[in-house]
Amino acid sequence: MTEFRITAGFIPLTDSLLLVAAREKGFAAAEGVDLTLVREISWANIRDRVAVGQFDVAHMLAPMPIAASFGLSPIDVPVIAVMGLGLGGNAITVSAALWEDMAAAGAPADFAPAEVGAALKQVVKSRADKLRLAVVHPYSSHNYELRYWLAASGIHPDRDVELMIVPPPLMADALAAERIDGFCVGEPWGSVAVAAGAGRIATVKARLWPHSPEKVLGVTEAWAAAHPEALAALLRGLHGAAIWCGDPANHAEAAALLARPDYLGLPAELIARGLSGNLAQAPGREVPVADFFIPHDHAANLPDPADALWYYSQMVRWGDVPAGPERLAIAARAYRPELYQAVAGGERPIGRSGGWFDGVRFDAEGLDAYAEMLRQRDLLIA
Amino acid sequence: MSVSELSILIVDENRIRASIIEDGLREAGHTRVTLVHSVNEVARRIVEISPDVVVIDLENPDRDRLEHFFSLSKALQKPVAMFVDRADTAEIQAAVEAGVSAYVIDGLKKERVKPILDMAIHRFNAFARLNRELEEARTALEDRKIVDRAKAILMKSRGLDEAAAYALLRKTAMNQNRRIVDIAQSLVTTAGLLGPET
Repeated sequence: MTEFRITAGFIPLTDSLLLVAAREKGFAAAEGVDLTLVREISWANIRDRVAVGQFDVAHMLAPMPIAASFGLSPIDVPVIAVMGLGLGGNAITVSAALWEDMAAAGAPADFAPAEVGAALKQVVKSRADKLRLAVVHPYSSHNYELRYWLAASGIHPDRDVELMIVPPPLMADALAAERIDGFCVGEPWGSVAVAAGAGRIATVKARLWPHSPEKVLGVTEAWAAAHPEALAALLRGLHGAAIWCGDPANHAEAAALLARPDYLGLPAELIARGLSGNLAQAPGREVPVADFFIPHDHAANLPDPADALWYYSQMVRWGDVPAGPERLAIAARAYRPELYQAVAGGERPIGRSGGWFDGVRFDAEGLDAYAEMLRQRDLLIA
Repeated sequence: MSVSELSILIVDENRIRASIIEDGLREAGHTRVTLVHSVNEVARRIVEISPDVVVIDLENPDRDRLEHFFSLSKALQKPVAMFVDRADTAEIQAAVEAGVSAYVIDGLKKERVKPILDMAIHRFNAFARLNRELEEARTALEDRKIVDRAKAILMKSRGLDEAAAYALLRKTAMNQNRRIVDIAQSLVTTAGLLGPET
């Protein structure tokens, strides 16, 4: 029955679920795919092991294929996103001490981004030393989301705070050890910090930009070209898995799967929070978030080139790459919706363009105007 | 400029492996070799060390942080590339398979840096082989202990001499198509359940 052997790398995060379910619930096997999952310790390893062919495919940060296309990766191999692995799922968590200051400055405990951001700005202004905030990788949605939220709140991410890199599984420890004051990371690592007593969730990606793109399935262009049938079979398996993961009736089983030592190795109750959206903002204080993590609905699995353009706009905004029509075209080409569309009966992009909490509309067609508007606003941050 | 003037930084949490790499570099005539065991230490000492090449193991969860640090560090002010030659895919493959990566701080010194990465790959592989052999030796020792205990039980309970006890274990293993150590383990476990061995 097995026709294709595929090895996939993943980082222990709730949104590795589609790959885990594809293997453990038989969706991959049903398509003739013997799917081997290898847990990795850093995003750099994911990137490099895909580039040299040790992994055929991998759970990737959304901007990684774009960064690779720009030649920003140490190994110069073109990588493409062939499927989305979910929308949302990240949270911005701060230390208990920082939250106390923010709450005193008026931060509500309901994740409202503008109000929480305004309180953070007051705290930032009142402190002599810079707050240290961590993200998981420079080319990550976490980095660009955190920067967006800070800038929209009047906090300059490069001048007013210090941004650092910490791998997801080490975030909660770094917060507890006071090496950082806060972080933006995918679940369950925010909930882990809350459960440990060290963290308070300030806001969530689902409130910053509802239904917004997160991890992708990344593959080298060469592997995709050489193994079209294997890739199509894998995408069919992942499509089945995504539908299964999207059904709330399966959340308890999904949490139990992820809890296994070879996947996340954490208590299922903790993982379940990020699946249901019933987050604990602080120990004992549950704040439900609608559509916190979306594995399948809202065209979650379609790698929309418009999403890639949003990341490109932020890479330009923060000086990772210069702007230019060639680069814009390269970014859009890093996301390839057609393979998944063929599997999912021609699913169409639904446009996740609008919806940022600050009311600034993102328009993939009018990217220059969008970038200019943000640039003007960033100049006003004081 | 002699080869020994390159500043080489090795980041490895495994102190034994780090020393093995360091020895190799010193044997090759490099005198400016610095060993550090954590990325925190890199951050503190980067200016002082001012490395031309950084060697780090892929098991280090802080590699993302190290890369970010290179991209920010004003102290370096030189382009940082990973691996000696981005076009040399065989070399890159060998490095990733061995579990090591190297950042070359100044691309102009590429041809002088290649032997360093070659050596690191070689020593990483040798270390992995050594570990494997050690693990095998450890397992063999454990196995022998279990067989010895099973023999002792048989000698005592059946009044056999050592050779006869071993022959009985081997015959049973052959009959059941199992390993001697598995038969011995069953016997030891059963004897433990039934009462004190002596």
